[in-house]
Amino acid sequence: MEEGKKRKKKPKPPRQEMPRQDPAQRIKNFSEVALGYSKETAMLEASRCLVCPKPKCIEGCPVLVDIPSFIKLAADGKFVEASKKIKETNVLPAICGRVCPQETQCEIKCVLGIKDKPVAIGRLERFVSDFEAEQGEVDIPSIPEKKGKKVAIVGSGPSGLTVAGELAKMGYDVTILEALHKSGGVLVYGIPEFRLPKAIVAREVDFVRKLGVKIIRNFVVGRAASVDELFEEGYEAVFLGLGAGLPRFLELPGINLVGIYSANEFLTRSNLMKAYLFPEYDTPLQVGKKVVVIGGGNVAMDSVRTSLRLGAEETHIIYRRSRKEMPAREEEVENAEAEGVIFDFLVNPVEFIGDENGRIKSMKLLRMQLGEPDESGRRRPVPIEGSEFIYDCDTAVIAIGQGPNPLALSTLEGVKLNKWGYIEADWDTTKTSMKGVFAGGDIVTGEATVIEAMGFGRRASIEIDKYLMTGKW
Amino acid sequence: MNKILNKRVLTEGVNLFEIEAPRIAMKRKPGQFIILRINEEGERIPLTIADVNKDAGSITIVAQVVGKSTHHLGTLNVGDSIRDLVGPLGQPTHIEKFGTVVAIGGGVGHAVCYPIARAMKEAGNYLITIIGARTKDLIILEEETKGFSDEFYITTDDGSYGRKGLVTDQLKEIISGGKKIDLVLAAGPAIMMKFVSLLTKEYGIKTIVSLNSIMVDGTGMCGVCRVEVGGKTKFACVDGPEFDGHEVNYDLLMKRLATYKTEEKVAYDRYLQKVNDGG
Repeated sequence: MEEGKKRKKKPKPPRQEMPRQDPAQRIKNFSEVALGYSKETAMLEASRCLVCPKPKCIEGCPVLVDIPSFIKLAADGKFVEASKKIKETNVLPAICGRVCPQETQCEIKCVLGIKDKPVAIGRLERFVSDFEAEQGEVDIPSIPEKKGKKVAIVGSGPSGLTVAGELAKMGYDVTILEALHKSGGVLVYGIPEFRLPKAIVAREVDFVRKLGVKIIRNFVVGRAASVDELFEEGYEAVFLGLGAGLPRFLELPGINLVGIYSANEFLTRSNLMKAYLFPEYDTPLQVGKKVVVIGGGNVAMDSVRTSLRLGAEETHIIYRRSRKEMPAREEEVENAEAEGVIFDFLVNPVEFIGDENGRIKSMKLLRMQLGEPDESGRRRPVPIEGSEFIYDCDTAVIAIGQGPNPLALSTLEGVKLNKWGYIEADWDTTKTSMKGVFAGGDIVTGEATVIEAMGFGRRASIEIDKYLMTGKW
Repeated sequence: MNKILNKRVLTEGVNLFEIEAPRIAMKRKPGQFIILRINEEGERIPLTIADVNKDAGSITIVAQVVGKSTHHLGTLNVGDSIRDLVGPLGQPTHIEKFGTVVAIGGGVGHAVCYPIARAMKEAGNYLITIIGARTKDLIILEEETKGFSDEFYITTDDGSYGRKGLVTDQLKEIISGGKKIDLVLAAGPAIMMKFVSLLTKEYGIKTIVSLNSIMVDGTGMCGVCRVEVGGKTKFACVDGPEFDGHEVNYDLLMKRLATYKTEEKVAYDRYLQKVNDGG
């Protein structure tokens, strides 16, 4: 009888793996590493969802995607409908499906994860949005009557695109002002092609445009117009989604040697300027034979994997703590390891050494050990005295984070900054100290994730609408 | 897209363009620059704003053919468009009445010096201008500059025009003439700015130089333009391009400027080959 009962219960399929390009192959190209689900695996994976009546997963999503509903549609093979369901609250689904850290957002909340592995929400999101795009023209939701109110969005990164898309859906006249020559912010200059194809970014930016958003590129707020001037020009609210945008360099001897890049420069040359296609594209990028990337976050992983694809023979990550403390996503660390990146833990640079042409040839490293936990809860690295050693390299990339970019902030006299120099904005309302000015994303939080920036965008759209409808600040 | 409204060949290999950019024309102050990208495959190149015409809504840039991008730019004509153009970038020059100002432009670097010198004159300074170049053919904007300068000198390395020698020779003569100089401005090759600064330091004359570092975004995001000023790292794109000439580490600047020499040659040779093959 026992046995009979068990047989009746339909066995749950395991969490479906997503195929990836073979490491030996993929380090020779810039094509996307992850290859996506097939229809069959997508439906199988979607069928694992319990469609909880009180879903926890939605709580984990900063833009509150109705996850169980879209997964139910996907399980039934209604992929286009599933994609539209996501787009009700998320204008960038194919991007989120690829770069969101689902393991710490929605998937960590999935009740299946208690005994088994959670539903692969990100992979499904990616599949259904790609599926919809492959059908050709995507439907544009009907836009209510225009409100006749202009909103300026500074920056076309994840927060800016989100607030712009949501406000356009409500009937506002939205203009995004972007400093670079391409739209997408960090999605185009920062995240590499092999993780987020630029064609996907262009497709989702295009969707935002089709919602009625105007994007003006090559426009540096702070130079071409101040925020005050934007109000004078008829905008009634301004959202600042500038990104962090100031690379941190280590204050060490030799930091300005040729061959030492900020991760921002290294990635911008490769991603935005397409240096990997040099000389078809004009912008070059030298890597040499041995590349060392300093840092343990996602940007460090992106940089080191880019250097491999640019032809480096030996690539290293130098990190001052141990593997456990690295802030990078586990998946990215695994990808880097599979591709042959060597990780050197518990070492920290103290000096960069150059040759007679002022080019880096080696660095002096110091061994560290872990001490007591610091404010971040991670164990603090403590130098081991007298443990210096010399380490040869052709290129060093500094990927230790970013600070606030002073350029645009210098023209924001009425906007209060916090003690770290970021904009002080309320987390819930995204309001700054200046009337009519909202802010979100990395310029408020410091370096965070795409989806957190989008969460700011979503909350800002609600608050901007409230403000413009009532006039109340 | 920004349309080319006017083009003038200043001298062999040095082109002046007036480009439609109404907002930049309105906002720009002397000392600032733009970054342009000719086409989809193009690199981002920083160029000084040599002049503006607010009525026409245009800015003037001057570019010397030194490699692929500047060569390609030189082939464009009136009616053609530049794909991307962004600005104004950089800190404007601090303009005020200092007294006597010596403005020194080296080669095509005089395009940087030119609008600043004029603004200094308009602010009521006694303006002495020196344009220096390797040879006569590389002297640009001579008549225009002469028009607003109280004193005007030309030096060429080969003696083909003006005084034979370097700008520093002329500057030394002016200094030893006993005139009190309140400020020296220099824009040109790094080596020229270095020697001007060494000279003025001897005499304790305040000196401002405009640095021509390699740039990518031009908004402080990448840090490729970093220079050392007074032992501190600065970004030429947002902290500059002008700095105290006595504090700049020119040797570092020169080394960093040479970073992509090999790649620049590869790209240029390939471009010339293509142009030749295409007839």
